[in-house]
Amino acid sequence: MAMEVTQVLLNAQSIDGAVRKNAEDSLKQFQEQNLPVFLVSLSGELANEEKPVETRKLAGLVLKNALDAKEQHRKFELVQRWLSLDGNAKSQIKACLLTTLTSPVSDARSTASQVIAKVAGIELPHKQWPELIGSLLSNVHQLPAQAKQATLETLGYLCEEVSPDVIDQDQVNKILTAVVQGMSSSEGNTDVRLAATRALYNALGFAQANFSNDMERDYIMRVVCEATLSPEVRIRQAAFECLVSISSTYYEKLAPYIQDIFNITAKAVREDEEPVALQAIEFWSSICDEEIDILEEYGGDFTGDSDIPCFYFIKQALPALVPMLLETLLKQEEDQDQDEGAWNIAMAGGTCLGLVARTVGDDIVPLVVPFIEENISKPDWRQREAATYAFGSILEGPSPEKLIPLVNVALTFMLSALTKDPNSHVKDTTAWTLGRIFEFLHGSVVDSPIISQANCQQIITVLLQSMKDTPNVAEKACGALYFLAQGYEEMGPSSPLTPFFQEIVQSLLTVSHREDAGESRLRTAAYETLNEVVRCSTDETAPLVLQLVPVIMMELHNTLEGQKLSSDEREKQSELQGLLCGCLQVIIQKLGASEPTKYVFMQYADQIMGLFLRVFACRSATVHEEAMLAIGALAYATGADFAKYMPEFYRYLEMGLQNFEEYQVCAVTVGVVGDISRALEEKIVPYCDGIMTQLLKNLSSNQLHRSVKPPIFSCFGDIALAVGEYFEKYLMWAMSALQSAAELSTHIAGDDELVEYTNSLRNGILEAYSGIFQGFKNSPKTQLLIPYAPHILQFLDGIYMEKDMDDVVMKTAIGVLGDLADTLGSHAGSMIQQSVSSKDFLNECLSSEDLMIKESAEWAKLAISRAISV
Amino acid sequence: MAPHDIRRPFKRAAISDQQKRRELSLLRQAQNRRDAQQQARCLASSILSLQSAAPESQPEQSDTEIETVPESEQESEAFSKDLDVRQASKLRGPEVRKWFARQLMLPEWMIDVPDRLAQDWYVFARPAGKRCFVVSSNGTTVSRQRNGSILHHFPSALPAGAKIRDGSGSAQSYCILDCIFHELDQTYYVIDMVCWNGYSLYDCTAEFRFYWLNSKLEESGACNAPSHYHKFRFSAVPVYNCDSSGLYSAYTGVVPYAKDGLLFYNKHALYQTGNTPLALVWKDENCSQYVIDTDGKGEIPSQQQVVLELQDDRKLVTSDDPPVLFGCLDGDIIEKSGLHTGNLLRFAIGDGGLSFADGKLEKADLIYLGKSNRARAFADSYSKVLFQFMVRHSPLKIDDLLASINSANDQEKTPSDIEMVG
Repeated sequence: MAMEVTQVLLNAQSIDGAVRKNAEDSLKQFQEQNLPVFLVSLSGELANEEKPVETRKLAGLVLKNALDAKEQHRKFELVQRWLSLDGNAKSQIKACLLTTLTSPVSDARSTASQVIAKVAGIELPHKQWPELIGSLLSNVHQLPAQAKQATLETLGYLCEEVSPDVIDQDQVNKILTAVVQGMSSSEGNTDVRLAATRALYNALGFAQANFSNDMERDYIMRVVCEATLSPEVRIRQAAFECLVSISSTYYEKLAPYIQDIFNITAKAVREDEEPVALQAIEFWSSICDEEIDILEEYGGDFTGDSDIPCFYFIKQALPALVPMLLETLLKQEEDQDQDEGAWNIAMAGGTCLGLVARTVGDDIVPLVVPFIEENISKPDWRQREAATYAFGSILEGPSPEKLIPLVNVALTFMLSALTKDPNSHVKDTTAWTLGRIFEFLHGSVVDSPIISQANCQQIITVLLQSMKDTPNVAEKACGALYFLAQGYEEMGPSSPLTPFFQEIVQSLLTVSHREDAGESRLRTAAYETLNEVVRCSTDETAPLVLQLVPVIMMELHNTLEGQKLSSDEREKQSELQGLLCGCLQVIIQKLGASEPTKYVFMQYADQIMGLFLRVFACRSATVHEEAMLAIGALAYATGADFAKYMPEFYRYLEMGLQNFEEYQVCAVTVGVVGDISRALEEKIVPYCDGIMTQLLKNLSSNQLHRSVKPPIFSCFGDIALAVGEYFEKYLMWAMSALQSAAELSTHIAGDDELVEYTNSLRNGILEAYSGIFQGFKNSPKTQLLIPYAPHILQFLDGIYMEKDMDDVVMKTAIGVLGDLADTLGSHAGSMIQQSVSSKDFLNECLSSEDLMIKESAEWAKLAISRAISV
Repeated sequence: MAPHDIRRPFKRAAISDQQKRRELSLLRQAQNRRDAQQQARCLASSILSLQSAAPESQPEQSDTEIETVPESEQESEAFSKDLDVRQASKLRGPEVRKWFARQLMLPEWMIDVPDRLAQDWYVFARPAGKRCFVVSSNGTTVSRQRNGSILHHFPSALPAGAKIRDGSGSAQSYCILDCIFHELDQTYYVIDMVCWNGYSLYDCTAEFRFYWLNSKLEESGACNAPSHYHKFRFSAVPVYNCDSSGLYSAYTGVVPYAKDGLLFYNKHALYQTGNTPLALVWKDENCSQYVIDTDGKGEIPSQQQVVLELQDDRKLVTSDDPPVLFGCLDGDIIEKSGLHTGNLLRFAIGDGGLSFADGKLEKADLIYLGKSNRARAFADSYSKVLFQFMVRHSPLKIDDLLASINSANDQEKTPSDIEMVG
């Protein structure tokens, strides 16, 4: 029943656009008319040794695309489509695919491997195609090398595609045996050995049981370590990748091998080709990641019962590891600081050194200081840069007591190097190191300040001077200033930066206007720093922040005056608008937080809003988000007067809510609806129909990113609280959406991430209930809520029983119990008394150490006893 | 299967400023949401606790204005009154207005002269203007009129009244003042102090409150001329012991404001919300432009008008607690005009006037005019109706007050603590 597709596929790769278009159309038509025949034909094409390699490959690719897609909902559709496909057709296709694995044409084999994995990804979880793994492995030893390689590759893809729980241990054992044997030094064929090594990388996640078995683990580890010594560089690289993966997946099993691994990695770092050396360094970075996580969970309490104990591999390896990493620092590339995508051994080594410092703390300092002292003043820029980088790397981790004496000595030297060193690379690293000094050792966390009135002036002068340096150096100088300002946050009514405020702001604006501000993300850094300077400013400089408003407004205005722009220019314009809207947002939030400055600021509100509306008219997703955030801040500052902007703003609000693709934009817009509800109160009523309709639509969509759903529920609460009994119109719909979400979120089975999401969902649902109950309070329509009360109490019982709610949920939940009692009064009294766990829940909250929970609980207790006493 | 990318961030801060902006926005929104919830919750609790805490409210009295659930005495103590005023002052909406309307101490009209005026009472000239509650908290000051609507929202030198970091204003600090805003010189005249710098004065005697008011207000700088952080001037009013010279000073003395009658405060009375006979207002043409009530057009109607509340059984009553019965309305009128229990109705007092027996109202000649203005929250009080009636027929004169003080002086020697059973 297959059809001839060769010519169409050839045409689909034609350089003639019209021919190509035509061919694509006929493929599409074919697919729509008879899907089974279409797919069988493609698999036949792929398997047919007489067909040209290009059409075989393309046939496989089209087949693969008929099985999988990036977007979740599309993927789901394709899976369902395949599962319901005619059984005969599926058998034919699978037979063709397996045959192709033995093809002499390597591209055909490789394509078939990938398609087999996709089919397996769909069928194995449904307990279909049970014979697949057996048939792949049945005669793997007798196969010619090419077929063996294709089989191993298929196993690799398969392990990437399916989750470990759908393959039983028996089959896992078979897969691992084949893969590890294929990797071993006795395997003479390089391609086979490489395919096996890469397959192991994916299969490691299946090997939990095998890694618990000493003999099997020893065997796997021996084979991997041997592969790192293979004469073939790709095999060595793949083997180190396996080690990196093992370091995070099986950290707790590594102790017996760590000495050998250190020797192997040290040799690779010093002698091997860069791709291999980078993986070898990554192994130690990955070990640092693990130990940092474990030690963080210990929380400094070494008797704590963390699941995985810390083996202190880094601490033990320290005397040898640190010198090895310091050596790498001297292998810089000339222009690495100008190249965005650069990643080399010096960068990897420096990054690893920083992680080691975070892992071991004080112990690293004496090992690094001699290197710094020896190299920091050398004539060779590489030595000066390496010394500076080493210093910058160890600033996070060790205690301030240990570091501050060093910093006090180094600060003057660094400031001088930043202005005088002839090498741009050294200056770049120096400015970065200054930024790290201010980030970790300056501010209220440190007892003895490293910045005094005496050197503050000098620091600022040097940083402002460096902002005129090359873009990469200027960007680091901005970063240093960012952390300098941050350290002065909450320092009281008077900031040491006050005398320099005007000059700093002026310099940052000048930087943002530099011709080359587009390089090294300099303009972004300048605005980010300006934002932080504004955020951390005090009342003393409020008049200067006010003066900044018309300046930034003018900048934004200028971006809107553009003529016809190329797409490249439009992208730049949109990026700049994003930065300016972000800056205005920070300013509005700052000035809006205090009554006197808010009054003066409000004179600009109309104009600013006008500008934001024009920015929306330019249509760009990221700008949307920044302008939307800024409007939220503006609505909060403006209060009920914001109503005058609503007629014009509303359509953009709606557009934001409809933006499913850029879900961040959608999420931000939902938050702004909350801001506006609180600002407008009853005046939001005319817009409620549109907003509520869209929000309900969003909830029922499976295309919207799930993280947006909890804020939508919270938003229901905001609206209900603002409009009171007017919410009646939406009550039925909102309650039904809440009810089904509540049912879903009572029981969680899953990983930490899912637990976290479920708790945020619960919080959103509970905030919605609170808003609705408080909104209806004192209205004659409270009785409308009575029918929903039993379910809500059941929901509260449910999450109380599950014992996995976080503090935020606990606080919101006990508040809802109070709201229910407060609004329904005697109607709620008996229901609460009869509910399974209300009393225990309340008592638990009353004795909570979290003040917010306690406060809510006390309020709830009052409301409940009042409801019960009637 | 290509090699896996292992690049890590290099020389970069871990968090982007955009992400920081996003997170700070979320934080602000969450905080605002919490505040809004908290305010809504406290609003209700305060309505409840204040009503049951008011000494005169009786459990059997039904309140048609706001649906409430009575609560046990013990629970009401958990909330302090002043805190509720402070939180409620940030709110808007009709419920809040009704609530606010009940928070001020409302003097009765003086229809006879109380005993021991000279010993137990203060007197002062009431400034003409809008009576309001001024609440300073959390760096801002809000004034609300008797009907709950906001008059001003402004920075002031009152403790916690403006966002200036002098370190003194803790988050818990706030003030509640009973004021009259005098339009002409844009000044808040403070006639009573309910709460100062977080310290509640509800349960303090007028004697203490006035002493505290005079010393603290000046100290705070609130009496200074307006400035950037202090938009309106505050001022205390001169308060006298109500002996003959005090009364004379209050009545004739020169004050920077236009007078609107005299207020009399019993020295031993606590600050009590709603109508109270322990504070009294009295007026004549010499000390007030508004002695006789005017109608909507600002003219004095030929017949006195009163507003009464219609009750279940067609009874017409005053706003007093307990209400005073003025008569019954014809079933006809109720049907024809579609009236309901709780409606506030306007009447003229006909030529029959008011007749009394044993000092109690016996009969009133009421002529139905229609429903009252919507803005009205309450019916007239008995003392007001009577005062207005007396003003038109046989007013209580300043000489009567003076005479009362003087005669009381004469009787000072005779013991006055005889139980009257009349």
